[in-house]
Amino acid sequence: MAWRDDWRRVRAIARKDVTTELRAKAGFNSVASLGVTILVLLGLALGPDADALRNAAVGAVWLALLFSGVLAFNRSFQVELESGALEPLLLYPGPRWTIFAGKLLGNLMFLTLMVAIVVVAGVVLFGVRIPADWPPLLGVLALGVVGLVVLGTFYASMASRSRAREVLLPLLLFPMLVPVLLAATTASKALLGADVMHEAGAWIRLLVAYDLVFLTATFIAFEHVIEA
Amino acid sequence: MVNGQPDRAINVIGLGKRFGARWVLRGVSLEVRRGEAVGLLGPNGSGKSTVLRILGTLLNPNAGTGAINGLDIVRDASSVRGQIGYLAHTPGLYDDLTARENLRFAADMLGLPYAAAQGSLERVGLAYAAGDRVRGFSAGMQRRLALARLILRNPRVLLLDEPYSNLDAEGVELMNSVINGIVRSGGAALVALHELAPAKAMLDRTLTLVEGRIEAAQPERELHDHATPTETR
Amino acid sequence: MISSSDQSRDILTARPPRTGVWPAFVSFGAVIAAQAYAILTSPAEGDMGHLQKIMYVHVPAAWMTFLSFFVVLVFSVRYLWRRRENDDLIAASAAEVGATFNGLTLMLGMIWGRPAWGVWWVWDARLTSTLVLFLIFVGYLALRAFTDDAQQKARWSAAVGAIGALNVPIVYMSVKWWRTLHQPPSSPATLDPRYTMGLRLNAIALLLVMIYFIRRRYEIARLERAVEHMAEAAAMGGQ
Repeated sequence: MAWRDDWRRVRAIARKDVTTELRAKAGFNSVASLGVTILVLLGLALGPDADALRNAAVGAVWLALLFSGVLAFNRSFQVELESGALEPLLLYPGPRWTIFAGKLLGNLMFLTLMVAIVVVAGVVLFGVRIPADWPPLLGVLALGVVGLVVLGTFYASMASRSRAREVLLPLLLFPMLVPVLLAATTASKALLGADVMHEAGAWIRLLVAYDLVFLTATFIAFEHVIEA
Repeated sequence: MVNGQPDRAINVIGLGKRFGARWVLRGVSLEVRRGEAVGLLGPNGSGKSTVLRILGTLLNPNAGTGAINGLDIVRDASSVRGQIGYLAHTPGLYDDLTARENLRFAADMLGLPYAAAQGSLERVGLAYAAGDRVRGFSAGMQRRLALARLILRNPRVLLLDEPYSNLDAEGVELMNSVINGIVRSGGAALVALHELAPAKAMLDRTLTLVEGRIEAAQPERELHDHATPTETR
Repeated sequence: MISSSDQSRDILTARPPRTGVWPAFVSFGAVIAAQAYAILTSPAEGDMGHLQKIMYVHVPAAWMTFLSFFVVLVFSVRYLWRRRENDDLIAASAAEVGATFNGLTLMLGMIWGRPAWGVWWVWDARLTSTLVLFLIFVGYLALRAFTDDAQQKARWSAAVGAIGALNVPIVYMSVKWWRTLHQPPSSPATLDPRYTMGLRLNAIALLLVMIYFIRRRYEIARLERAVEHMAEAAAMGGQ
C-alpha cells in the first residue's frame, strides 16, 4: 500500500513544519504582523479619504498577502536549511512529491491563518462593507490563496537555497501571480459591488483552471528541483 | 561500466568533482569489501566529505562512476538510498522538535512503527532526554541522536563523516559498537576521519586522500591482522 | 540518464555549431528588404499617418517574443526529460534572445503610443501583458545568474522556464479580460489587406534574425562549456 506510506510521509512533513513553526520564537507572529503593517502603510499612503480607501481595499489586502507570503514561503524551507536537515530529508525512501505535498499542506495551513488576520484587518482599516452574499467572496479568496501557496512553495524550494533568496523569490513569483492578482481583485471588487454584470463567474473559472494547471505542473517539476 | 561484483560493497572508479572552478576530487578510486570497515583520512578540505556525499547520492559526480552493492549511484540512486546509512558532519536535526519527535518523524518517513524509534533512542542511551528539544542538546547528544536515526534505517553500507567529533569516550565506544555490529554481519563502512585514534581498533585499513586523489605512495595501511581472508566471501 | 563523463565526451567530440557570417547577412538583409518594401508600398494610415509603420517592427517583434517563449518551453521540457546539456543551453539562448525581442516590443509600443495616445504608458492589455512577460524572462535569467552549480542551474532553469512559459497564455488572457481599451489587435486578418504583405514579410525577416541570434548565442554557450570540460579533463589528468 504505497499510497498509504506516501500519505503518512506527507502528513509527517506537514506536522513537522507546523510544529516547528509554532514553536519557533519569531515565526508566525512576525509574518502576520508584517501583513498588517503593510496594510497600515498602504492605508497611510493611499488615504485618508474613506472612499479612496474603500476602493483600494481589495488591492491593498492582496498586496499585503503577497509580500508577507513571500516571507512565509522562504521560512518553510529555512527550517531545513538552517540545521542541515535537507540532506537527511532527501535520503528517505519514497517519491519526492511527498515532500512537496507536505510543505504545501503546511504552508496552506499557515497562509490560511495569516489570510484570515490580514483580511479582517483590511476590512476594518479600509472600511469595507461586506455584502449579504459573502460566501463567493470567500471562495475567490480561497482559490487565490491556493494559487499563491502552490507557486510560492515551488519557487521557494529553489530561491531559499540561492544566495539571493530575498530578491529572487519575489522576482520569480510575482510576475507568475499576475493572473491570480487580477482574477482575485477584479472578482472580489465585482462581488463587493453586487456584481451586476456577473463578471465574477468568469474570473472564478480562470482561477480554478490556473490552480489546476500549476498544481499539476509544480508536482511534476518538483522532483527535478529539490535535488542538491 | 561498473560490474556488480557482489563482494564489493563500495566500488568507486575515477571519481571527479568540481565546485565552480575548483577541482575537489581528481580521480578517486577505491573499493570497500563486504565485512570491511575502511577509514578515509586526509587533511581538512581534501575532499573526504565530498566522496561520501557523492556515494550517498547527495551530489552527482562530474566524472567517474560509483556503485554500492552493485547499484550505480547515479542511475539507481533511489535503490542505493535504501542500502546506505549516511551520517553527515552536521547532525541535521530539527532543533525545535524533541528527540522523540525527531525520531518519530524519521520513523514516519521510513514507514516504521514508533516502537522502533523508542528502541533506537534506548540503544544510543538517550531515552532519558526523549522529551527534550534538540535545541538544548550538547553536540555529543546531537551526534548520538543522529546515530539513533541512522540505526532506524537498518543500513547495509555505512558512510560516516567524522562520526566521532564531539563524542566522549562512552560515545566513541557506542559508535564503534554500532559500526562493528553492522560491518561484521556482512555490511561495510567507509569512515572519513581527520584523526585516526578513536577508530583505530575498529577499522580494517585506511586510505589517505591528498589533493583530490588517493595517495599513491602509501595507498593502504593494514591496521591489524584481521581473519577475514578473501576465500570466505 | 547520461552520466556526466559521457556528456563531457559528447561536448568535446561534437563540434559546436559554426554559424558563420552569411546567415547574418541574409537575415539582416531580409529585414532591410522587408522594411523597405513595407515602408514604401504601404500608404499612410487614417489617424496615425506614417507612425503606423512602427507596426512593421513592433508586431513581428511581439510574435518573436511568443515564439521564443515556445522554444524555451520545448527545450526546457526536453532537458527535464533527457538531461542533455545542449537542450538547456538552447533554452537559455532562446530566453536571452526572447527577452531582447520582448524589450524591443515594449520600447516600440511605448514609442508608438506616445504620439498616438499622448502618454508614455497606458495599462492596456497588450502593453501590460508584454511587460509581465518581460518580467518572467527577467526572473528566468536572474535565476541562472544567481545559481552557480551548472547542473543545478540547468535543472532549475528548465523547471522555471517550462512553468513560466505555461503561464504566457494565461497572463495574456487575464490581462486582456482586465482591460479592453487597446485598439483591435493589428494582426494581418483585421488589417487592411494592403498592410498584410508587409507584415508577413517582416515577420519572416525577423524570424530569420531571431534564429540567427539564437544560434550564435548557443554557439557561444557551447564553446564556454567545451572550455570548462577541457579544464575538467586537464584537472583529472594522469588518471
